[in-house]
Amino acid sequence: MTAVSLALEDVRFCWPGRTSFGLTVPAFQINPGERVLLLGESGSGKSTLLSLICGIVTAISGRVTVAGTDLAKLRPGARDRFRAERIGLIFQQFNLLPYARVVDNILLPLRFAPERRKRAGNVQSEVARLCAELDLPDDVLPVLAGRLSVGQQQRVAVARALIGQPPLIVADEPTSALDAQTQDSFLNLLFTQAGQVDSTLLMVSHDERLGRHFDRVVRIGDIATIGRGRA
Amino acid sequence: MIIRLALGSLMARSLTVGMTVLAIALSVMLFLGVEKVRNGARASFADTISDTDLIIGARSGSVQLLLYSVFRIGNATNNISWESYQEIAARPEVDWIVPISLGDSHRQFRVMGTTAEFFTRYKFRGGNSLGFQAGAGLEDLYDAVVGADVADKLGYAIDDPIVVAHGLASFSEHADQPFRVSGILGKTGTPVDRTVIVSMEAIEAIHVDWQDGMKVPGKTTPVEVIRQMDLVPKATTAALVGLKSRLQIFGLQRWINEYPEETLLAILPGVALQELWEIVGVAETALIGVSVMVVVTALIGMMAMVFSSLNERRREMAIWRAMGARPLTILGLLVIEAILMAGAGAGLGTAFLYSGLLVARPWVDAAFGLWLPIGLPTAWEVWILVSVVGAAALVGLIPALRAYRLSLADGMMVRI
Repeated sequence: MTAVSLALEDVRFCWPGRTSFGLTVPAFQINPGERVLLLGESGSGKSTLLSLICGIVTAISGRVTVAGTDLAKLRPGARDRFRAERIGLIFQQFNLLPYARVVDNILLPLRFAPERRKRAGNVQSEVARLCAELDLPDDVLPVLAGRLSVGQQQRVAVARALIGQPPLIVADEPTSALDAQTQDSFLNLLFTQAGQVDSTLLMVSHDERLGRHFDRVVRIGDIATIGRGRA
Repeated sequence: MIIRLALGSLMARSLTVGMTVLAIALSVMLFLGVEKVRNGARASFADTISDTDLIIGARSGSVQLLLYSVFRIGNATNNISWESYQEIAARPEVDWIVPISLGDSHRQFRVMGTTAEFFTRYKFRGGNSLGFQAGAGLEDLYDAVVGADVADKLGYAIDDPIVVAHGLASFSEHADQPFRVSGILGKTGTPVDRTVIVSMEAIEAIHVDWQDGMKVPGKTTPVEVIRQMDLVPKATTAALVGLKSRLQIFGLQRWINEYPEETLLAILPGVALQELWEIVGVAETALIGVSVMVVVTALIGMMAMVFSSLNERRREMAIWRAMGARPLTILGLLVIEAILMAGAGAGLGTAFLYSGLLVARPWVDAAFGLWLPIGLPTAWEVWILVSVVGAAALVGLIPALRAYRLSLADGMMVRI
């Protein structure tokens, strides 16, 4: 194993202006190519943890390292660029800009990540390839994203997360808006695609049944403590 | 790509955005329209009289002389005696001279005595001559030519009788000597439209039985006798003068201003018009002020619209942030949206204005004698449009700053 894909050491965080909610992560790491499911109920600090990993917020102390880079050492603008370059993100739902065409939604992260755009090669054919792999019909590309079904929107979001092969893919409850059958096929697609490019996958969910698909299942309570009433 | 996405975002909210753009368009149309009318009015005003080198009257202020001789507003303090008039007319520099004798009225309109030469010498709007829409000039002693407004307002046709009243707003009429409408002038947009024109001799004729502004009691000279009389004018109120060479204007002006027998004043119409416009121009500033306020109101409306949409767009902003957009990009996105809206509004407003002008121009010209030129937008108008868009960018910055702060706080996780 070379460098770890993601590492948190002695991370302490609290939301600015709030003293009642803080998150402490003593140690947590993910190896390259690993598929990890992070289990936790809502309000357990999952979203905060993801914000820390994506560099949207910064820790008070400790280190958050993504693909060998300490996020705290980057300026805010560089952190935004780093996120665009290295992390593919999928949310629960409302992933897409509804007023933009599907193809523009898929290309959006490349707009902020020139290196990732280079990795994507010929972006048009890359978009077409991803859509084909994700069972999205070709004629969906010029359609406004808001017109698609939720299932299709989630697959477009996967295409957007995968384009340009970011080393880390972070998914926040991506299946919660889907029914059981669609969930399985969605996860299969996600794994296949992430596996093809050796991306590390970190998925957050409250659904324990999904655990069988993953290399490792981590409960958020085991890696992080949430402080309430003190910072 | 960002501009395309901003456009898409605007299209998705086409109703509210459309209203905002329409408000901006109407305000821009008003602003540019006021500018057009203002410039048209200024040009029309400056063109009230042209090709006349000097206006001569009794000594008073130059604006006052201009007002009564050209605009028929106010009164002369004194007359020019006919001898002085003759002497000026005989000067070698003088190419032509037309007397203007004022003092009587017909209903609400002034009566002006002059010579037949007035119809060929009086020029307006850059050298246009007076034209007749019906009838012809002054042939008989009791012929009267009426301006377009006079004919329109009083419903006069050729051969209608006119009775001239003595003085202005007076009840003593020259009822014993009625005039006949011999001609009706075309619309000019100048005070000539509101004037009844008769000959200098006619002015003498109706005052035969008058002395010192009073009718001599019991004296009624029959019309037949008057027609036989030698009706040489005793005085004129003012005179329009054309010179053989423009180089001689100042020389003759000085000569007239220093004329020893009488205190006279000679003015250059262009200079006096300029002075007068500076007085009238205060109203312009008020008009501009009002239209600027309307534009500001429309821009504030846009700001309110953007503000109220911010909350429902927080999810969208979070997506942008998650995809790697900096908070500054979000700020830029909102400013671009404001610029696009204002740009569309400015373009639409200009289109509205020009199509409105195209339709309304003949009517405005006929009704107000105001000729509004339709040409490419002037540099000044382009500057106005650009500053509207610039102001929109500044105004758009305020909600954009709020979105910037929101997206910093929300990050990519918005709980709705």
